[in-house]
Amino acid sequence: MTVLFGQLFTGISIGAVLLLIALGLALTFGQMNVINMAHGEFIMAGAYTTYVLQQSITGAGLSLAVALPVAFVVAGTMGVLLEVLLIRRLYARPLDTLLVTWGVSLMLQQLARDVFGSPNVQTRAPELLTGNVALPGGLTIANNRLFILALALAAVAALTLALRLTPLGRRIRAVVQNRDLAAVSGIATARVDRTTFFVGSGLAGLAGVALTLLGPIGPTMGTNLIIDAFLVVVVGGIGQLKGSVIVAFALGVLQATGEYLTTLSVAKVIVFVAIVAFLQWRPQGLFTLRTRSLA
Amino acid sequence: MTAVTPAPPSTAVRPAPAGTVPPGRPGGRSRLRTVAGFAFGAALLFAVAPLVLSDFRLALLAKYLCVAMVAVGIGIAWGRGGMLTLGQGVFFGLGGYAMAMHLKLADAGPGGMPDFMQLYGQLDELPLWWRPFASPWFALPATVLLPMAVAFGLGSLVFRRRVRGAYFAILSQALAAAMVILLIGQQGTTGGTNGLTDIKGFFGYDLDDPVNQRMVYFIIAGTLLALLALTRQLIHSRYGELLVAVRDGEERVRFLGYDPASVKLVAYVVAAGMAGLAGALFVPAVGIISPALIGIVPSIEFVIGVAVGGRATLLGPVLGAVAVAWARTALSERFPGTWTYLQGLLFVVVVAFLPGGLASLWALARRRDGGEPPPRRGWLSLGRRRAERTEVPAA
Repeated sequence: MTVLFGQLFTGISIGAVLLLIALGLALTFGQMNVINMAHGEFIMAGAYTTYVLQQSITGAGLSLAVALPVAFVVAGTMGVLLEVLLIRRLYARPLDTLLVTWGVSLMLQQLARDVFGSPNVQTRAPELLTGNVALPGGLTIANNRLFILALALAAVAALTLALRLTPLGRRIRAVVQNRDLAAVSGIATARVDRTTFFVGSGLAGLAGVALTLLGPIGPTMGTNLIIDAFLVVVVGGIGQLKGSVIVAFALGVLQATGEYLTTLSVAKVIVFVAIVAFLQWRPQGLFTLRTRSLA
Repeated sequence: MTAVTPAPPSTAVRPAPAGTVPPGRPGGRSRLRTVAGFAFGAALLFAVAPLVLSDFRLALLAKYLCVAMVAVGIGIAWGRGGMLTLGQGVFFGLGGYAMAMHLKLADAGPGGMPDFMQLYGQLDELPLWWRPFASPWFALPATVLLPMAVAFGLGSLVFRRRVRGAYFAILSQALAAAMVILLIGQQGTTGGTNGLTDIKGFFGYDLDDPVNQRMVYFIIAGTLLALLALTRQLIHSRYGELLVAVRDGEERVRFLGYDPASVKLVAYVVAAGMAGLAGALFVPAVGIISPALIGIVPSIEFVIGVAVGGRATLLGPVLGAVAVAWARTALSERFPGTWTYLQGLLFVVVVAFLPGGLASLWALARRRDGGEPPPRRGWLSLGRRRAERTEVPAA
């Protein structure tokens, strides 16, 4: 029972990290059909923002609290720059966007190497987040994992409310559902795209801050995470968030269980096979917008 | 939402300008030119390069030519078929590992086993799945058939369910990630991060001997030429036209009564076979195969050479791959950081601003010479890939 619960929580905690990363991707991929490979480097930017802030703000707790909004803005700004300079020109060629943003991600990684050095750096975690929560029955949950889970769920809640209730959210949903109709209805789709990119990239920055709590940070930290996050979006279905939420936790639990029963490497293969099998059943993902288009 | 963007009807069928050979039909002159081109390429690879280059440079060229073989396959799958495969490293690796396993077993002699197994795996006897690779009659076909079988398995599952575009690219990349993690995890039987190293012999020939290295180079050059000839036949066949049609309007092809999934599957499997062959020949040329050579990053680097040279052309991928690999060696030794920036910049500039690759510059120059009007949308156009669209000639 203890073991089972432990594995379940490990899975949920992997899922929370995946979810934080995938949320931003689900937004941008869903709305603009754009694969942003530099998303991983926005995570890195968020993580290094925390590191830089800790150089001047000594209190670990305070620096983390400051880092969250700052990282959001830093990563979001980078995202808008990328959108305005490159991606905007490539909307008709989604596959080429993938390669172009990969090039951008290579350059950003090298930039991080030149500025911060190739070796990983370590940030300080606030004392509040280093301990464990003891639950009845001898179970323990690491505080930092709990914090990340809370952060991910808060991000989902905030995003859902924003999409449902605000005028901006309404415009975003309109563009996702039918870009042309939204445009002729007077929505400035280009501006909506830019805002979405800001928010999506900003969420990557938040994920970066969260990842500083789990381990050291380095120039290539985004590369490995990004593929799993893309799988979450692909399997979850584009155009809405609930698919990504469910799939992120499902993949996390599957990964943790597979890892427990076999090994890390075999678990990865199991996850991949499961995804291909799932796409046989639902090629467009778990939830999908019903449209009349053929694709 | 991933709507097929319909081309304006006016461009759907455009009669070929008078006096030009319709695309895709090798006429007399075009065939002569091809034969001459092949003769020139063969002379360059077989006579000039071995005379001019030192043994060291020739070995490097052999390595680049292996990369070029992968590029030819990507040119078919991506340039002609529109399937961006970011996991060609998997097939390259399957071919490479199959060959390396056989060579390791041959080095160890009958009944022997590779040294790393006792070191990492504490194994007393050869694992069952290694055993067939002791026979060249199994290992050699496996270098090509194994990658093709994996590509067939994944492709037939994925294409039938109309998973395509970015979804397919992500899946192929995830396959590369899974493969590398699996190889590293099973260190006892795969050599882990180190891979299979220190390969000494190649079917009885000592690979340390420069003469034998030269022989390996000739095998590689010959194979590349053969693959190019095969590819030329393929893209000028009816099938080749169909593949381009699927790329440009999959639904239209479906409505015409063809099965786009099968068309794509063939291209993907052929590309995988070429990558496998390249991996198999890479092993004797370089003497090592390891996860670092086949993972996500090398897989996507295979693509950049294709993009630089011109993805939809026959020779573009080859020249692009060799040029990029050469630039990488030349620059990364002296300025490692600079090369990474340059590589990133190559991706951005070529793909965003010159989607036809360097080949489109050449085509532009030729068109200017011929006095024909330039294409309506400039070649630097950032819009849809008009320049690459080739029309299916009226039957």
